[in-house]
Amino acid sequence: METPQEIVTIASSDLLAKVQEQKDAGHRLVQICATTLEQLELSYSFMGKEGITHLRLLLPRDQPSLPSITDIYFGAFAYENEMHDLFGIDIRDIRVDYKGKFYKISEPAPFNAGCLIPTRKQPS
Amino acid sequence: MSNRTIIPFGPQHPVLPEPIHLDLVVEDERVIEAIPSFGFIHRGLERLVEKKDFQEFTFVAERVCGICSFIHGMGYCQAVERVMGITLPPRADYLRTFWAELSRIHSHLLWMGLVADAFGFENLFMNSWRIRENILDIVEETTGGRVIFGAAKIGGTRRDVTNDKLKEIGRTLKTIEAELHAITDVFEQDYSVQQRLRGIGILSREDAFDLGAVGPTLRGSGEPMDARCEGYAAYRDIEVEPIVESDCDSYARCMVRIREIYQSFDIIRQVLCRMPDGETEIKVKGYPNGEHFARLEQPRGEVLYYVKGNGTKHLDRFRVRTPTFANIPPLLKMLQGCDLPDVPVIVLTIDPCISCAER
Repeated sequence: METPQEIVTIASSDLLAKVQEQKDAGHRLVQICATTLEQLELSYSFMGKEGITHLRLLLPRDQPSLPSITDIYFGAFAYENEMHDLFGIDIRDIRVDYKGKFYKISEPAPFNAGCLIPTRKQPS
Repeated sequence: MSNRTIIPFGPQHPVLPEPIHLDLVVEDERVIEAIPSFGFIHRGLERLVEKKDFQEFTFVAERVCGICSFIHGMGYCQAVERVMGITLPPRADYLRTFWAELSRIHSHLLWMGLVADAFGFENLFMNSWRIRENILDIVEETTGGRVIFGAAKIGGTRRDVTNDKLKEIGRTLKTIEAELHAITDVFEQDYSVQQRLRGIGILSREDAFDLGAVGPTLRGSGEPMDARCEGYAAYRDIEVEPIVESDCDSYARCMVRIREIYQSFDIIRQVLCRMPDGETEIKVKGYPNGEHFARLEQPRGEVLYYVKGNGTKHLDRFRVRTPTFANIPPLLKMLQGCDLPDVPVIVLTIDPCISCAER
């Protein structure tokens, strides 16, 4: 039986309160990920007996910033450092903060840059 | 008076085929804290989804890792198929399950060899890998590959296996399973194996759950969670009982994997018995538009694939949350308070796949 899933859109200012609700309900942190669209779209996934909830929030691509949830879910430090290094999101007060050295990458925030598909040359 | 020292472990280390670095803060011979560092080989494969056609990307997804390659390809396909509302022919679901369970057996046998090598039991190491070769031979016969199967595609499977061949494989697997008892008995009963695994790397059930452990790392701490219970592919017809051990130590995690090998043999037997006839693929029309999180069980634990399509041939996002990535925080907990010589064995008991984590 497939576990039911739902996406719940929240404001970034409500993040800590909503994550605390998940913790209080005894839910497990499954993953955190970001997607680069016109804005950055973040998904925090939690799983309980009744199903998987994805908390969805949007951040601006320019100087995005969020509080860390590592005081609630310590294991989130890996996901948060990853989002910092790949998407350039400034995550405040991570309990294990690598300060941009989590991934050894040659350019900052490569996943928040422009599209990878090379633009076609315009005919002269 | 104790001395506090930091000992670097990795990225090159005899027990680590792939690079991960740990700064071990030790007092005398006791580890107080471990600070991990990885990202040495991060490849940015997820972002290639913007450059590759969504069907072509199956090949990239499969190359995330060389051990659990098939399930990576299968998981990606499953997520895209859910977005596109594609229902597979039953035979394709059964074939995928067959190859997924062969992957689990060969991955666990690989791990058994590595851990035996780590604690210096060379004979056990070689015998584990000798038996694994027989499984890889079956994979090669049925898919043409040994590392990258290349068998999954969006809409089904690239290959079919004749029913006669499947019957022959059933007989071969019976022989392999009988042979396997000789080495699993050693893991279960040998004094030196128990000395190296029992009571070390303790991870309580509460810590395992709170820190987000998955797979044998979680089930070895008594938590019965197995994504195959979701009923994807042929698991909807086959009952999978999560294998659980409650000792919460390295030995418990080892026993979970050993029992899972026998469980996989059982699942394959059921798959072969119930294998439906018919097509193995359907034609895929259109482009994915929407998003889906697919949850599957890799040999190392739960894996999550997220795809988001925009109605074109390029996806907006492909994301894999691999089991090793989830098992890093629990590993740090296991290392706290352990003796320095136990570190290599404890690291191996999460079956780290850095290639997956550095996708």
